[in-house]
Amino acid sequence: MLRRIRIVLGSLCLLLLTGLFLDFTGTLHVWFGWLAKIQLLPALLALQVGVVLTLVALTLLCGRVYCSVICPLGVFQDVVSWLIGRRKRAAARFSWSPAKSWIRYGVLAVFVLALLAGVGSVVALLAPYSAFGRMVSHLLAPIYGWGNNLLAVSAERAGSYAFYEQEVWLKSLPTFLIAVVTLVALVVLAGRNGRTYCNTVCPVGTVLGVLSRFSLLRPVIDTAKCNSCTLCSRRCKASCIDARNHRIDYSRCVACMDCVAACKHGAITYTWRRPSVKAVAAEKAAPADAARRNFLVGAGVLLGTAAVRAQEKKVDGGLAVLLDKQVPHRHTPIVPPGAQSLRNMAAHCTGCQLCVSVCPNQVLRPSGGLATLMQPESSYERGYCRPECTKCSEVCPTGAIRPLSKADKSSVQIGHAVWLKENCVPLTDGVECGNCARHCPTGAITMVPSKAADDGSPRIPVVNTERCIGCGACEHLCPARPFSAIYVEGHENHRMV
Amino acid sequence: MENKQDMNRRTFLKRLGAGVAWAVALEGCTPKRTATPAGGTLPQGEIPTDRMTYRVNPKTGEKVSLLGYGCMRWPTLEDGNAKEETGGIDQEMVNRLVDKAIAHGVNYFDTSPAYCKGFSERATGIALKRHPRDRYFIATKLSNFAPSTWSREASLAMYHNSFKELQVDYIDYLLLHAVGMGNDGMEALHARYLDNGMLDFLLKEREAGRIRNLGFSYHGDIKVFDYLLSQHDRYRWDFVQIQLNYLDWRHAKEINPRNTNAEYLYGELAKRGIPAVIMEPLLGGRLSKVHDHIVARLKQREPGRSVASWAFRYAGTHPDVLTVLSGMTYMEHLEDNLRSFCPLQPLTEEEVRFLYDTADLMMQYPTIPCNDCKYCMPCPYGLDIPGVLLHYNKCVNEGNVPEDRQAENYREARRAFLVGYDRSVPRLRQADHCIGCNQCVSHCPQGIDIPKEMQRIDRFVEHLKQGTL
Repeated sequence: MLRRIRIVLGSLCLLLLTGLFLDFTGTLHVWFGWLAKIQLLPALLALQVGVVLTLVALTLLCGRVYCSVICPLGVFQDVVSWLIGRRKRAAARFSWSPAKSWIRYGVLAVFVLALLAGVGSVVALLAPYSAFGRMVSHLLAPIYGWGNNLLAVSAERAGSYAFYEQEVWLKSLPTFLIAVVTLVALVVLAGRNGRTYCNTVCPVGTVLGVLSRFSLLRPVIDTAKCNSCTLCSRRCKASCIDARNHRIDYSRCVACMDCVAACKHGAITYTWRRPSVKAVAAEKAAPADAARRNFLVGAGVLLGTAAVRAQEKKVDGGLAVLLDKQVPHRHTPIVPPGAQSLRNMAAHCTGCQLCVSVCPNQVLRPSGGLATLMQPESSYERGYCRPECTKCSEVCPTGAIRPLSKADKSSVQIGHAVWLKENCVPLTDGVECGNCARHCPTGAITMVPSKAADDGSPRIPVVNTERCIGCGACEHLCPARPFSAIYVEGHENHRMV
Repeated sequence: MENKQDMNRRTFLKRLGAGVAWAVALEGCTPKRTATPAGGTLPQGEIPTDRMTYRVNPKTGEKVSLLGYGCMRWPTLEDGNAKEETGGIDQEMVNRLVDKAIAHGVNYFDTSPAYCKGFSERATGIALKRHPRDRYFIATKLSNFAPSTWSREASLAMYHNSFKELQVDYIDYLLLHAVGMGNDGMEALHARYLDNGMLDFLLKEREAGRIRNLGFSYHGDIKVFDYLLSQHDRYRWDFVQIQLNYLDWRHAKEINPRNTNAEYLYGELAKRGIPAVIMEPLLGGRLSKVHDHIVARLKQREPGRSVASWAFRYAGTHPDVLTVLSGMTYMEHLEDNLRSFCPLQPLTEEEVRFLYDTADLMMQYPTIPCNDCKYCMPCPYGLDIPGVLLHYNKCVNEGNVPEDRQAENYREARRAFLVGYDRSVPRLRQADHCIGCNQCVSHCPQGIDIPKEMQRIDRFVEHLKQGTL
């Protein structure tokens, strides 16, 4: 019964959270956006004291149910493990193994240090919710997008406006590759040993493990009924039941209730802790897990990989061929309004890709920078940060992008526009333009004659950087290709103008 | 006994009920059912092959079909199958269209070196070559788009190339293309056709028989039209091509002050006995893709006829019209038009008045007078200008251009407009990318201030997106 409840709730959480990353219409976020915000690490980073305390209390009361129900990566591994178990016809293929404590605490230490130092890339690599987000948004979302586009095509044929086409593009090659590596590593680990990742790598799992040692409710083996058949141990995906000694490592138990359901003699019950039962001390640490090492090494190699953007080719018959815009070299990266500063972004972002997934204007993409790897940054080749949109700030669970109103969004300066004379069309093509000035939402651009003495000379834009908010309308709509004649430089600290 | 009576009554009621049901069912069956709707045309019926209405060319005495084939809108293949050397034209389909048209008596084919990215003449030539030369008349033009083609050498090359592309050794109808366009129509006329001696050359070619009829097509500056007609004694125009339809008859100048009402143009030609060839009888589809209210109004009068048929019958009803051109891309267009002209059932005076009233109603809808002729394309900055304008017009006609947020259907209209916009035009080719370079303006035969309209539509889109309408 308990196991069934766990499965139902866990599947629901997994489905809805996956939906959050796939749903670009924003409908699901209205109802279930909170699911992202009750993830432990994001809540911690967002200083959501209430959420964190509730989760701590939950763990102290029930053990690591968080890992079995709320954490999408945990449930995802359960699903993988279950599927592989079914294929191998070996549901009971696990076995007790001692905890690899030095890896657990080592990873946790590295993780905490990275958090404190603001090295977002390491945080994003290790955090479970980020790993899940990056797999869904870079591997599953494209498939979902193509499926949607297929529907959009049929809807168009039927004259319906129910579905509309979405752009599917490779947002960042390093992040994509890391997502692939993450997926492969997790599938291998989960397929072989169930919750290896959760109990050796995951820093959230380690922290909750410390708490769950003292949980009030826990599975307990009744030695009077147990005949040491070790079925529970073989069914335990956390490898935490030492059936021969009738001991359970509660720091690794994720309260999945599989053992309770598995025991044919009713010897295991989920019940209040008994004073006599002592927490099992961590056993000797085993040598570093090869899979984990490979994973980290692989990721490290990828850090150096240069970003190669997807080139799409769309040549229409009677239409002029348009060169794709290319990303200009920006001294300072741009982060979206609400991020407040590069430092705030680096300190809070776990690289979960939720904002990247929901950005309707194709502005946000994961950074390829070493320290900020997988954290979002803005660029304007495919669209610009439109005044009516505050989606990223609405969905961000960690406080890396704080919620802000539409009015505030349009008065936050996230960067400023820089004019490049060599590319400007009135000077190069000898035609009138002014498209940047026409579309500037704050009126920061004025068109002036290029020669002060000659009113008839080609008119060029001048930017009042005090009024410019860095939204990128000018850069995106500039006719110069592949490099715009006006582009945005980011600001380290955002400010109101 | 009582029981039995009860049963009887029940049986009686049952039978009565069944009887009534039968009667109703029979009543329902009484009117005669036909496989096709009654009325002017039968959509599923065969189109007669020997009923085409012809007009006589007063100079040559030849019989010209009242429906002429405009070769500006040939069907194209999907991107993947399009071949560069054919300009993406679906030649197989062109052949089928031409075969069907000729089989039903169409014998006038109007093309130009500029149409279909310059590939129309070749495609038309290939299709027509499969028929005897005396079964059809070819009209082509000395086109005038880029000033680089205005020199005598370039013009001669263009003229001779038409013979090659069309695979013919004489041209039945040759036109000076779109005189009156440009910022200064008279200046353009002089530079393009007079000062380089091209018109004199064409007159000689007519004497030599390589051009059987010489004329011009006209858009824009009325001074040019009047001037050329004033020189009629010298040039002996065999025909003139004008834009005529029930909207432009009296509203052309109202739609754009640069243009002239068709009533005047046609009158001037009729006065001199010059046959008129009609272009844009349907305004590139704008007279068939009309507001739902207009559709209802026309359909109510003639449920069996298409909306477009009104426009074609209107143009054909004028007696001094030699032929009415229609750029038929699809077989369905061709079939529908054949039904309108095989034979033409001229409009009565009352019906013509009804159309003028309809035109007055149409003027209330703020559509942009784009006929999708694509003369403005390609836009050097990549816009799909006709795509944007046609989408806007479609939304106007479907009532999806809300005036403000209080509009009854605001939410649906907003979605239809924005989603449809992205579908019809790729984002990089939408109105917000118009930089206002004005290079397109002089090419538009309808005199649309394209950059102004682009920026207006862009502002509207911004209002929709931002919810600030």
